[in-house]
Amino acid sequence: MRYSGLKVITEGLFGNRGWTPAWRDPAPKAEYDVIIIGGGGHGLSTAYYLAKNHGITNVAVLEKGYLGGGNVGRNTTIVRANYFLPGNSEFYSHSLKLWEGLEAELNYNVMHSQRGLINLFHSDGQRDAFVRRGNAMINQGDDAILLDRDGVREHLPYLDFDNTRFPIYGGLLHPRGGTARHDAVAWGYARGADRRGVDLIQNCEVTGIDIQGGKVVGVQTTRGAIRARRVGIVVAGRSSQVAAMAGMRLPIESHVLQAFVTEGLKPVINHVVSFGMGHFYISQSDKGGLVFGGDLDFYASYAARGNLPMVEHVMEAGMTLMPMIGRAKVLRSWGGIMDMTPDGSPIIDRTHVEGLFIDCGWNYGGFKAVPASGWCMAHLMATGEPHEVARKFRLDRFATGHLLDEEGTGSQHNLH
Amino acid sequence: MRVDGKGLIDRTKPVRFRFDGRDYAGYKGDTLASALLANDVRLVGRSFKYHRPRGVLTAGSEEPNALVEVVGPSNKTPNVRATVQEVFEGLVTQSQNRLGSLRFDLLAVNDYLSPFLSAGFYYKTFMWPRAFWEGLYEPLIRRAAGLGSLSGRHDEGVYEKAFAFCDVLVIGSGPAGLMAALTAGRAGADVILCEESHALGGRLLSDGGTIGGLPAGDWVAQVVAELEALPNVRIMARTTVTGAYDHGTYGALERVGLHKPARPNLPRECFWRIVAKHAVLASGALERPVAFENNDRPGIMMASAVRTYLNRYGVVPGRRVTLFANTDQARGVARDLMAAGVTVAAIVDPRPDASSVEDCPVHVGAEVIGSRGRLGLSGIQVRKGSEIIEIETDCLAMSGGWNPTLHLTCHMNGRPRWSEELAAFVPMEGAVPGLVAVGAANGSFSTHGALVTGHAAALKAVEALGRKVSVAVPEAEDMPYRIKALWAVEGTGRAWLDFANDVTTKDVKLAAQEGFRSVEHMKRYTTQGMAPDQGKNSNVAALAVLADATGRGIPETGTTTFRPPYVPVSIAAMGAGGRAEGFAPQRFLTSDQASRDRGAPMIEAGLWYRPSYFPKPGETTWREACDREVMMVRQAVGVTDVSTLGKIDIQGRDAGRFLDFVYTNTFSTLPVGRVRYGLMLREDGHVLDDGTSARLGEDHYLMTTTTAAAGLVMRHLDFVHQAFCADWQVRFISVTEAWAQFAVAGPKARELVQSFLETPVELPFMGEAPVRIGGVDGRLFRISFSGEEGYEIAVPTRYGEALFRDLVARAETMGGGPYGMEALNVLRIEKGFITHAEIHGRVTAHDIGMEKMVSAKKDCIGKAAATRPGMWGPEREQLVGLKANAPISAGAHLFVPGTEVHRETDQGYVTSVCWSPTVGAWLGLAFLKDGRARHGEKIRLVDHLRGLDVICEVTNPVFHDPEGEKLRA
Amino acid sequence: MRLTCPLCGERDRREFYYYGAEDYLHRPGEGASLAEWDSYLHLRDNVAGVVRDLWYHEAGCAQWLVVTRNTVTHEISGVELVAERAK
Repeated sequence: MRYSGLKVITEGLFGNRGWTPAWRDPAPKAEYDVIIIGGGGHGLSTAYYLAKNHGITNVAVLEKGYLGGGNVGRNTTIVRANYFLPGNSEFYSHSLKLWEGLEAELNYNVMHSQRGLINLFHSDGQRDAFVRRGNAMINQGDDAILLDRDGVREHLPYLDFDNTRFPIYGGLLHPRGGTARHDAVAWGYARGADRRGVDLIQNCEVTGIDIQGGKVVGVQTTRGAIRARRVGIVVAGRSSQVAAMAGMRLPIESHVLQAFVTEGLKPVINHVVSFGMGHFYISQSDKGGLVFGGDLDFYASYAARGNLPMVEHVMEAGMTLMPMIGRAKVLRSWGGIMDMTPDGSPIIDRTHVEGLFIDCGWNYGGFKAVPASGWCMAHLMATGEPHEVARKFRLDRFATGHLLDEEGTGSQHNLH
Repeated sequence: MRVDGKGLIDRTKPVRFRFDGRDYAGYKGDTLASALLANDVRLVGRSFKYHRPRGVLTAGSEEPNALVEVVGPSNKTPNVRATVQEVFEGLVTQSQNRLGSLRFDLLAVNDYLSPFLSAGFYYKTFMWPRAFWEGLYEPLIRRAAGLGSLSGRHDEGVYEKAFAFCDVLVIGSGPAGLMAALTAGRAGADVILCEESHALGGRLLSDGGTIGGLPAGDWVAQVVAELEALPNVRIMARTTVTGAYDHGTYGALERVGLHKPARPNLPRECFWRIVAKHAVLASGALERPVAFENNDRPGIMMASAVRTYLNRYGVVPGRRVTLFANTDQARGVARDLMAAGVTVAAIVDPRPDASSVEDCPVHVGAEVIGSRGRLGLSGIQVRKGSEIIEIETDCLAMSGGWNPTLHLTCHMNGRPRWSEELAAFVPMEGAVPGLVAVGAANGSFSTHGALVTGHAAALKAVEALGRKVSVAVPEAEDMPYRIKALWAVEGTGRAWLDFANDVTTKDVKLAAQEGFRSVEHMKRYTTQGMAPDQGKNSNVAALAVLADATGRGIPETGTTTFRPPYVPVSIAAMGAGGRAEGFAPQRFLTSDQASRDRGAPMIEAGLWYRPSYFPKPGETTWREACDREVMMVRQAVGVTDVSTLGKIDIQGRDAGRFLDFVYTNTFSTLPVGRVRYGLMLREDGHVLDDGTSARLGEDHYLMTTTTAAAGLVMRHLDFVHQAFCADWQVRFISVTEAWAQFAVAGPKARELVQSFLETPVELPFMGEAPVRIGGVDGRLFRISFSGEEGYEIAVPTRYGEALFRDLVARAETMGGGPYGMEALNVLRIEKGFITHAEIHGRVTAHDIGMEKMVSAKKDCIGKAAATRPGMWGPEREQLVGLKANAPISAGAHLFVPGTEVHRETDQGYVTSVCWSPTVGAWLGLAFLKDGRARHGEKIRLVDHLRGLDVICEVTNPVFHDPEGEKLRA
Repeated sequence: MRLTCPLCGERDRREFYYYGAEDYLHRPGEGASLAEWDSYLHLRDNVAGVVRDLWYHEAGCAQWLVVTRNTVTHEISGVELVAERAK
C-alpha cells in the first residue's frame, strides 16, 4: 500500500478501515539465504538494502522483542555528518546523503528535519578544534559555518551570553544537521524490507550460532533452528552476548546513556544545540517536547536506566547555558545501552567465522548512522568486501593501532 | 459552586486570583482547580491535538486536562496543573494551547478534520515535495503542537537542591503512610514522611469515615500531631517522591514557594536526594476513566475527584450530578453529594448484580454511551439493554475502578503483575530493593487494609534496624473491592483514552489493524501515554483495548514502562545551582587580584582563571599587548603565574623506580638538585602528558603536570601504583594548591631572581635548589617554557600574591613586567614547545619526534602498545613548524600546492599559530604526513571557515634559538 | 547509587570515578605479544550479570577499588582495595 496525502484523505473519508498492516507477521522458515540478528534500525536497514541494492530477498530479520525496540527507539534523534577523521567523515557523509532521500526512498515520513546543528565552543582551543572539524567537513563535501559570538546570538538569542561560567566564544553551525522521528526510521525500513520480501520475525531470540568447520550454518532461536550460510550480528546493546555465541570477545563495554524529554511546549528551540563545556545537547521535537541528553552514567550497565548524578549534571548544564528552559518540566527520562568501543568508532566487518559478519560498536552515535550502516553491512554481506566508506571500521584495528579516536581519550571504553 | 459547611479550606482567609484576565475569589487551602470550580468555571483548557474544550478531570498531579500557565512578575510557568497549584493572593493564571480565546479556539477546526488525523497519519503524508517539509509542513505542525509556552527569558527564580538521609522513607500520608510513619516513628527510627499535597491525610481527607472510633479527619490530626512532636520524624509536605534509584536513593521535589507570592530568596522548588535504608510506598491508587463517546467534555470528572472537591474544598462541580461507576466504593460519592444537598440525577452501574438501593435513581447493568454540551456537559445518554435513557446532568462522576500508584516500583525495571481479582496491575515484590508497597498502592483498597499493611511494612523495617515497637492498629472499614472491569463502552464514535494526547479507542484499534500490535508499538504509533500525565489515567485501559483488538489477554499484552520522574520536574529544580557561575568550581590564582588590578582580562583555563594579557595605556588590541609582552621577555624579563600546573610530591625509596615506570624516560638516574623533562604515555601508547620532574632529595621528587591533565595524571599514578606496584616504597600527594609558582624569564631573569634570594644561588639549566625569599622557604627551578633563560620560583600559597606583586614591581624597574597567556603561547610556539593543542590524545611519541625519549632499557606504561604497526611510521602525521608571511590559522588543513582540496588529498592540519614578533612572521605548529622528512617544502594551508588559503614553508618546529644557547646561558 | 569504600564507608557515587573491567589489573608482562596487549586493553567479556570492575575513590581516600557488581540490577556484592589485592 502506497502512502500519500491523498490516501490519508480517502481513507479518512471511509473510516480508516482500509489501512493494511505495515508489515507481515511471518513464521520463520527453516532456511534463508541471509539471517540478520537484530531488528533495530541497523538490522532493518541492512535487510532493506540487501533486498534493494543486492537483490537478496530471502532474508530473515530475527528480533528478540519488537521491531525498533532498542536504541533506535530511545535516543535524542540527532542526525549529523560532522566528523573529522578520515574513515568517519566519508561514512557519516554518505549516511546524511541517504537521510536526505529517505522519505522518498521508503515512502514513509521519517520527519528528517535539517534545522541546523550548532556546536558551541568556550575557549580559543575549542574553537580551533572545531575549525579543524569544520574544515574536514567541507573537505568531505559537507557543510560547516563558523559563527562568532554575535553569530551565535543571532541564531540562539536565548542563551546566557552575559552571566555564565564558561562564556560562549562562538559555534560551529552544521546547516544540514538536524533531527528525525526515531521510531519512524525503524518502521520505514521495516515496511520497506517487508515489501521486498524480507521476513521480519519478532519475539524470536537467537540463543546460539551454529558453526561447522569454521563456517556459519545457521542459528538456534526460541522459535527453533534456522539455517543460513550468511549471518549478520546487528545487535548494538547486546553485541558482546551474541558474539560470544560464536566464541568472540569484542572490544566493547556496555554503558548506559540517559536522555530526557520535557512536556510539550510551543516552539522555542529551532536548532540542535550542543554545549561545549559540559555534556548537554538539546532540540525540540515536532510535538513540542525538549529532547536532551548528556554523557554516559560512566559505569558498565545493561539496565537501560540511570542515576541522578548524571541527570543533575545535564540539568545544571542546561541551566548555565540556556536558563530560559528552567521552567520546562522533565516528563520522562530513559536509558539506552551503548556499545562503547576503545576508540569511539564502530565496527562493520567480517569475523573469524566464514559467513558471519558483525555490525556493532556504535557508541552513542548509532542513530544517524542507520542508513549508511545498513547500506555498508548489506554490501559487505552481499559481496564479501567492505564498502568503500566503511573500510576503516575494522574489527582488528585496535590490535593494529589504526584507530579512529575522535575524542582522543584513548583505550578506555566509557570515555568516548 | 461552593457548599456551606464542607471542606478544609480556611473561609476566614479569602484570596483573589486571576484566570484568563478575570478576577475570581477563592480561599486559602484551595487549589486553582477547586477555586475555579467554586466559581463555576468549567472550561479551563484545550486538548493537545483536536483542541477540544476541556475541564478539570482529577484532583491531583495526574491531571491531564487542566494545565495552565502561571504568570509571575518576572516570568511565566507553562503546563501547571490547576489541580496542584494552590491559590494565593495575586495569583495570575491563563489558559494555554489555543489560537484565539479559550472559548473560540481557531484550532478547534482540527476536531472536524479528525478523520484525517488518525494515529500515525503524519508518517504517511507531508512527503512531497521534499523541500516543503522544513519550509511548510513542519513549521505548521510545530506551531499547532506543544502545550504551554516558555517566555524565552532567563529563569531567574531561586531553586535549591539538598541531600537527606533516613532509616525509613514513607511515601504518602494516607492511612497506610500515616500508620507506617507512626510505627517507625514510635520505634525511634529516623523517618521522613513525604506528602505530595499541602495537607496530610491522603484520601482520608476526601472520603471521611472513621478510624478507631474517631472521625477520620480527627485521627489524621491526632497522628500528625504526634509525628510532629517526634524529633526523629521529619514531615515533608508539598513533596513528591519522583524517582527510585540505585541503593536506596530517591529523588523528591518539594514545592517550597509555588503557593506564595514571589519574593527574593524564596526558593520556588527544592530537589531532594533522599537516601533511605528502607522505604514504604504508600502512594495510594489512581482512579481510571471509562472510554465512551465524547467522554472528554468539561464536567465529566473522576468520581473520587468530585468527592475530593466536595469534602476537602467544599465545592460541587455541578448542580445535577450523575455517577457512572463499577465499584461499590464509588457509591460513597453519590451519598456524600446527597448528604450535602446536591441533586444526584442518577447512578449508572454497569454491573448487572450491583445494588440498586440508593436515595436516587440507579440504573444497574447500564452504561453511559454518549454526552452532549459544547463547552460543558449538559446531558448524557445511557444504554440499559436495548433502552436508551437521556439524562440531564452537568457533572458526570465516572469511575472505572482503581490502579495502584505503583510507578516507583517500576523505576528500576520492575514489571508489575496483573491481578485478575482487582482488574489492575499490582507491584512486583522486591522490584526496588528496600521498598515495600502498602495500602492501595499494593492493591489493599480498604482503610483497614491500608492501616494493616502500612503497619506491617514499617514493623519489618524497624526490626531490620534492630528496633522494637508495639503499636496497635485501629479499627476501620474493610469493604471488599468488587469490580467488573469496564474499559471502553461499545460504540462507534470517538471515545477518549488518553485525554492529554487525544488518543481514542479508534486510534488504538487502528494501530492494531496496521500491525502495531506490541504494546510499545501501539504506544509509539498512537502517542498513547506519552503526554504530561504519562498515561497515569489511560495506560491500562489502552492496553485492555489493544488486548481486545489483538485477541490476547492483558498479561500477555504486557505493559509499557513507567520511568522517572513520577511527576514532571522542572529543569531548574534538578539543575539547581548550575545557573551562571554555579555550573563548575572556580579556581583562582594567588595573583588573581593583582592581575585584575592591572586590567588583565581573565580567561578560563579549565577550572582556573588566568590573565590573558596585561594592557598598557594606549594599547587598543590584545595583539599590541601580546607583542609587547613577548618582546619584553625576549629582551628584558617577564613574570607569569604558572601555579595552575599540577604538582605532585613523590617520596620513598622506590620513587625513582616509580617515575621510571610512568615516564618513558629515566628519572632514577637524575641527580639530586636537577630537573628533567618527562614524557608520559597512556597504556595505549599515546601521549598522556608532559612536564618536568625535579629530584629534591635522594627519595624525594616533585613532578609537574600540565594544567589540563593534573587530575588525570594523579589518578593515573594512583592506579599504576596500587594496581601494579603497591609493594613499592613510594607515596605521593598532590601539592598543586600548596605552592604558588611564578615563571621569570628573559635575559634579565637571573638578575631579578637573585635580587629576591636571601642567599644567591647559581643554578645550571635544569637545576633546582631550596631557597629563602623574604624569610620564607621556597624552591627555585631553572626551567623555561619560553626559550629564554628562565626560572620558576615556588613559595607556599599564602605568600603567592605578595611575591607576585613584588616580582612584577621589581621587573618593571628593569624594563620587564608581567605577561599573560597570549604571550606565553607565542613564546612557546616560537620555541616549538607543545601543549594539549598538540598532545590531543591521538598523538604518539613518534608523532612529536620524541620516540628517542622512550627508553629501550626499561619497561614503562604505554611502551608496548606504542609498537603497534599503526602507531608509527611515515603515513602518520608528524609535528612540524609552519612559517608564512600572511595570517594563518589553527584548525586549517594542509595540502600539496597544486592539488585539489578534499579529504583524500588532505596532508594534515594546524594546531597552533601566532604572529611572532621575534621572528617577524606567522608561525604555526602542525601535524603533516611524514612531516619530518618534508622540512623546507612549501605547503598550502586552507581554512574554508575563515577564508584563508596561504602557502607556508614547512620547518623544524623550533623557530627560536634552535640550539638552546639562551636557555643554557 | 551508593558504594561502600572499605576505608571511608558508604558514599555517594559522585565521589567515585569509574575506569572499567578489572581486566586492567592484569597487565601483560614484558615481551608479551601484541595480541595479549589487545586483549588486555580492549577486549572484554562485558557480561550482563555479575562483573568485577574498577572504581577510584577520587573525592575520598584516593584508593582504587574492585567492585563486584551486577550490570543488570546494579546490585553491589563486594568492594575490595586494589592495593590490598595486589599484595
